[in-house]
Amino acid sequence: MSSKTKKLTIKTFRFNKETDYLPHYDTFEMEVGVDELVLDVMNRIKWEHDGSFSYRRSCRHGICGSCAVKVNGKATLACKDRVHDLVDIFGEELIIEPQSKKRAYKDMVIDKADFWSKYDSVQPYLVADIEEHPEKENLVSIEENEQIDEADYCIQCGACYYSCPAVEVNPNYTGPAALVKAWRFNADVRDDATNARLENLQNLGTGIWDCVKCNECAEACPKEINPIDKITKLHQQTFQKGLARNNVAVKHAVGFKWSIQKHGILDEGELVRYSEGNIGVMKHIPEAIAMYKRGKIVMPWNMPKSKNLDEIQKLVDISSTAKF
Amino acid sequence: MEETKKLKYALYTGCTARESTPELLKSTMAIANKLGIELILLDEASCCGASHLQDFDDTLSLTLNARNICYAEKLGLTLVTICNTCQLNTAMAKDRLDNDEQLKAKINKNLAEVGLEYKGTSEVKHFLYALQDDFGYENIAKLVTNPINDINVASFYGCHNIRPSHLQHKSNGGENSYKPTSLDNLVKALGGNAVEYESKNKCCGFHVELQNPQTANRLSATAMTDAIDNDADVMVTPCPLCHLRMDVQQHNISKEAGREVSIPVLHLPQMIGIALGIPAEDLGLQHNVVQKGLDLAK
Repeated sequence: MSSKTKKLTIKTFRFNKETDYLPHYDTFEMEVGVDELVLDVMNRIKWEHDGSFSYRRSCRHGICGSCAVKVNGKATLACKDRVHDLVDIFGEELIIEPQSKKRAYKDMVIDKADFWSKYDSVQPYLVADIEEHPEKENLVSIEENEQIDEADYCIQCGACYYSCPAVEVNPNYTGPAALVKAWRFNADVRDDATNARLENLQNLGTGIWDCVKCNECAEACPKEINPIDKITKLHQQTFQKGLARNNVAVKHAVGFKWSIQKHGILDEGELVRYSEGNIGVMKHIPEAIAMYKRGKIVMPWNMPKSKNLDEIQKLVDISSTAKF
Repeated sequence: MEETKKLKYALYTGCTARESTPELLKSTMAIANKLGIELILLDEASCCGASHLQDFDDTLSLTLNARNICYAEKLGLTLVTICNTCQLNTAMAKDRLDNDEQLKAKINKNLAEVGLEYKGTSEVKHFLYALQDDFGYENIAKLVTNPINDINVASFYGCHNIRPSHLQHKSNGGENSYKPTSLDNLVKALGGNAVEYESKNKCCGFHVELQNPQTANRLSATAMTDAIDNDADVMVTPCPLCHLRMDVQQHNISKEAGREVSIPVLHLPQMIGIALGIPAEDLGLQHNVVQKGLDLAK
């Protein structure tokens, strides 16, 4: 090993669903070189220490998406991330775990059934009536292609999906990977199923509005796809196509414009009433009373307004592009 | 910080600091006064859209955020935020406009109608990072008169100050979203014990509180019980939306958790103010819903 090696403590999650009731961790002291990737370290553990250590791997080029794991909680594509870079963040003890411990089958190998079934459920393919032997090419302009290219880089590794806290606590939420794929086809000028796909997305599980906006997916994606940006675009598209439904989340998004137009800043209480309706808002009475007692509720007659409100109102008038 | 040069910023308060978290604005102004930092209030600013207007109308939200930044540019000052979500949406608008001439021209065409022009000359950063990187924790430490010794403080960072890194690194001193340190280091500078717990960089669930309260309560419950189980006496956050969730909603969070989730939650400037010896009333401690344990006296 070169002088640039580091002596590290590597802990690995070990579990065999067929034989073990509980997982445990094995610890390895290793000299790790400056160019070694997490995958190299996992290979060395398997080849030099314990042949039963299990993980998925295939291309070693960041394309197949098989070797995604977590290191100290950080979503990591094992064939892409250098071990020394992780040491710079977490220090000299690294803990390698599967993407989702509760889905572990054997060590790093997890059951991705939920990931794939959601992926399948969004019509992840081009729907177009294209002649088998067309007389000329189906041309897509550079600008049109730019709408989809980021989303098209997805390698289905699951890093975003298994980092999504909304999916973690709400298993019926479709989650970032499948929604990115839906956007990839909804933004494709050749596709004929945009509206049908949007209707379908809103019917699936808990619909498209349960993103918690934490940006964990943007952080986790090894291909820098920025999934939350695509989820936002899907939200916008439901309005553009006139398919947004009259639910709390939709009213909440629209309510911001309504409130900004009136006050510049948000009228928090009115936004809740606008989003939930006169009956729905009643369930917030216990919190409202607690807040009122602490001077946290502004009464309508004291509602502050932004200075130069007329400017804001004019900008809302001239720059609005969406309708509900 | 050079002794001779007084720090001065344009303060974008956001909406909550003027409504449901008045204590945030009070405590921010109180500690700025104590530290000798001048904050000019951007009273012209509108709501940032909070990632929800962005779901509805991209052009409108960009235009409004650009307008807010224009007023900081007019003053020739850095725009400082005290809400993580304001920070994200303002910084995201700035980033897009600064890197896309066509988009900037389109938004400026709207702004021209009200006599404004977005130039891109003002930085956008959260007050936490202005304190860390411009003022310096060592300079805050020098002014501490009431160290929060023996208090276990669980720092709760809030998503929109640390993610996505590629955007946030422009203004948060390169904070690593998987191992953030800015708040913990501040706790230590004030004399407190920084609680190590896994959930410090996780999501509180605020943004789905209305449409999916179960998700919101589960996420808050996970983070807060993690802090409590690691012996936290108090939580602190730089985000008023995290604060609204974790301070106001403890009865709902407890119901979802199936156990009592009870812990005082401070805003960042409230914690600093306590250590600087600023009276509780000036820090708005009377506005916090959970009062027990707020004075940090053991």
